[in-house]
Amino acid sequence: MPTTAPQLDKAERKRLRTSHARDYGPGFIVKLVLMAAINALGVFGLLATWNSGAMGLFWGLLALLVAADYVYFSKRALPLKYIYPGLAFLLVFQIFVVGYTVYVSFTNYGDGHNGTKEQAVTALLAQNERRVEGSAAYPIAVVERDGELGFAVVAQDVSICEGAQPGDVCVGTSEDPLARVDDATHDGGAVTSVPGWSVLTFQQIVTEHQAEVTSLRVPVSDNPEDGSIRTTDGRNAFAFKSSLEWDEDAGTMTDVTTGTVFSANDRGLFEAEDGTTLNVGWRVSVGFENYITAFTDARYSGPFVRILVWTIAFAFLSVATTFLLGLFLAIVFNDARLKGRKIYRTLMIFPYAIPGFLAALIWSGMLNRSFGFINQVLLGGASIGWLTDPWLARLSVLGVNLWLGFPYMFLICTGALQSLPGDVMEAAKVDGAGKWRQWRSITMPLLLVSTAPLLISSFAFNFNNFTLIYMLTRGGPRFTDVSVPLGHTDILISMVYSVSGLDGTAPRNFGLASALSIVVFIIVGTISAIGFRQTRKLEEVM
Amino acid sequence: MRRGILLTAAAAATLALTACGGGNGDAGDATPTPDDTAAETPAAAGALTVWVDETRLGPVQDAANAFTAETGTQVEIVQKNFEDIRTDFIAQVPTGEGPDITVGAHDWLGELTQNGVVAPIELGDKAGDFEDVAIAAFTQDGQVFGLPYAIENIALIRNTDLAPEAPATWDDAIAVATAAGTEFKVLVQTGTEGDPFHYYPLQTSFGAPVFEQNEDGSYNPVLKLGGEPGHNFANWLAEQGQAGNLSVDITSDIANEAFADGKAPFLIGGPWTLSNFEGLNISVDPIPSAGGETAAPFVGVQGFYLSAQSQNALVANDFLVNFLATEDVQTALYEAGGRPPALTAAAEAASADPIVAGFRAVGAEGVPMPSIPQMASVWAFWGVTQAQIISGQAADPAAAWDQMVSDIQGAID
Repeated sequence: MPTTAPQLDKAERKRLRTSHARDYGPGFIVKLVLMAAINALGVFGLLATWNSGAMGLFWGLLALLVAADYVYFSKRALPLKYIYPGLAFLLVFQIFVVGYTVYVSFTNYGDGHNGTKEQAVTALLAQNERRVEGSAAYPIAVVERDGELGFAVVAQDVSICEGAQPGDVCVGTSEDPLARVDDATHDGGAVTSVPGWSVLTFQQIVTEHQAEVTSLRVPVSDNPEDGSIRTTDGRNAFAFKSSLEWDEDAGTMTDVTTGTVFSANDRGLFEAEDGTTLNVGWRVSVGFENYITAFTDARYSGPFVRILVWTIAFAFLSVATTFLLGLFLAIVFNDARLKGRKIYRTLMIFPYAIPGFLAALIWSGMLNRSFGFINQVLLGGASIGWLTDPWLARLSVLGVNLWLGFPYMFLICTGALQSLPGDVMEAAKVDGAGKWRQWRSITMPLLLVSTAPLLISSFAFNFNNFTLIYMLTRGGPRFTDVSVPLGHTDILISMVYSVSGLDGTAPRNFGLASALSIVVFIIVGTISAIGFRQTRKLEEVM
Repeated sequence: MRRGILLTAAAAATLALTACGGGNGDAGDATPTPDDTAAETPAAAGALTVWVDETRLGPVQDAANAFTAETGTQVEIVQKNFEDIRTDFIAQVPTGEGPDITVGAHDWLGELTQNGVVAPIELGDKAGDFEDVAIAAFTQDGQVFGLPYAIENIALIRNTDLAPEAPATWDDAIAVATAAGTEFKVLVQTGTEGDPFHYYPLQTSFGAPVFEQNEDGSYNPVLKLGGEPGHNFANWLAEQGQAGNLSVDITSDIANEAFADGKAPFLIGGPWTLSNFEGLNISVDPIPSAGGETAAPFVGVQGFYLSAQSQNALVANDFLVNFLATEDVQTALYEAGGRPPALTAAAEAASADPIVAGFRAVGAEGVPMPSIPQMASVWAFWGVTQAQIISGQAADPAAAWDQMVSDIQGAID
């Protein structure tokens, strides 16, 4: 048809002229709506991060948002249109987390080094400001004049301000000590009006001046020994004296009572000449110290090797046992002569359907030495320490993990077996290969091609299978010959958890925990990389 | 240039909106600026955030509603798991994301002050309205760091149908239980990792407290659980384990269930276990002494802490001191959680219940749980060693105890 050719050409030309990004069809409208939603969410996130002052997050989010708009509205960047979501999530959930862990591993973040230096100073000053012995509580009013705040109190006696009779009103600011004012009124408790000053309501204090009022200190007199009054709730005030003074220019803390000067050291603590330190510190960078501690601290190095060996054994044996059992069952249920295969297969999935948290807890109850189902019912009241004997505990951990893990292997092996080519099997039979030979030379290699990556990921998962260990044995039974709270079934990740005090049995040390986590990450990464390299060789059988 | 227009619009909108936000820009800035509240929601200015766990949710919510009615300040109640509060509070306060007020236990105090996340509160003359032990527990260096609301401790819970008389000593209790012919004698929850909290009264009855205690009840980080008294306690644990009176197979679930089923006349437990024993005739008595001295349990005080980074310190203090410290709220908290109140007036009203009176009487003999940071290092070794001695894994109890003391000392140093 000669007439249609130019039309086709026109359509072709149009198609070449416009890119997807400029094709104003229904697809573009959908994209516009989606991008509008993403931008709205992004702007909301930007506002939230800006308001909470998390500038790192703010810039990261801004970069991601700008990149998203560029990728989806530009003519170019076609591959990025497909991989941008994945890349964004990779950055946020993987790269950022690993990067932050690396950063923390080079600091002394943990108990006693929890925040910034400013926060430590604030906390120290607050903790060392004491109420003057025997001083009374004064009902106060917060008063304001030309933007300056002050306290107005009703004097109960002469001690609070110079020359005051009981019932007089005294006003002071941070500059001027409390002094008597005339013609002020009060309702017995609180001051109601002061000439020249406006009395603020509680609502005004809270909404407009909260921080100022909290930090306002009004000297009682010219003598600093008398202390200064401050309020913590905006209604009552007390006379306080601070025993620590912060010298901002010199960066030192001075203990007023003893005269000791504490200066900041490079460990994130205020230290005096004689080596005594104040109790609140802050986070500082400590270089490779955490890594050195992890490998050289004599208390950890002994158990570390034992735990590393057990971790590798546990992960390897878990994968091996679950795979072999799953494969065996898959082959059995793959036989067409078996009646009721569907029912059996459904039953096989059961352990996989129960959450691991729960299953491990239930098993720990069933394995209790005196009251557990296993000993009481199955073994007729035997008293076997399934979780209290070192080797039996390891066996129990492997057994429970086998029970939890074989259905997964059963599923993937069933799938892999059903996709094996039948003609190869036929050829093998014709060549006279027996059952064993067929399985060894054909089924197994072909099966491993598709399942090996899954076995490696299962290994990596079990290497860090914290849930099972924590819920089943808590790492116990404890080593009796080492001085750290670690046990025979602890794996590296549960060791990190208890060594770093995250379980509450030691001072928290996030720096050390992060350093150990990086070590675990390197070990798992190396083993996985080697494993994946090996799987490429498997594919050469095809 | 549609893209350019869109981008410009987005950027302009972003800038305009962030300008309204009026942020303080620097998370580490410890001195809040007065205009720190978000400009687009002036109504939320001075809003409080309070962390509570599920048992305190109702009463605190009621107190918050009363507070809002009186002062117009909004209070946001956030429900959290009690186990998570301590770690989350320490981690989140420095970031500025934490609450203004959180519920907590007094033994966290050392750790919280060391990390600089709690601010002292000034109770003023109200301090005298509380039980002395409650104020003492929240006091460090003469400053009060929390508003106490409940006091709790363990005691001997006795099934009066099986044991009509309160036993004076541990051996008496065993004899009574043997005569009653029940499956268990004195249930003490242990578990494979031990339970030093429930064993502490038995340990103090041998004169082996965990740390050196000052006159005012505060602790010094000097271990006192070793030496002769400690050895006596360790040997006694081994004996009782041998005799089957104590066992690491008794977990808290098993102990509570066995007592509820009438399988034992005695249980060492706290008021939080009572909900399992509906319908039993029980009495709460002093814990029988095993070593001849007074069996003093740990006393734990629950309270509310104020964040050191609170932007609403005034309102938070007002809420704590003038609302949560009232008799009505303290009584409501007691009715919700079953823990005896810390406010003396509320505690006396609650003591009309003989059970509460029983726990209070035992608590009067108790010692506050140490709140010094060094205590964290003790727990890790303490229970496990006890469990190993009871189960007979440790062949020489005294040597195992000495090893434990030196391990704890090493962890503290």
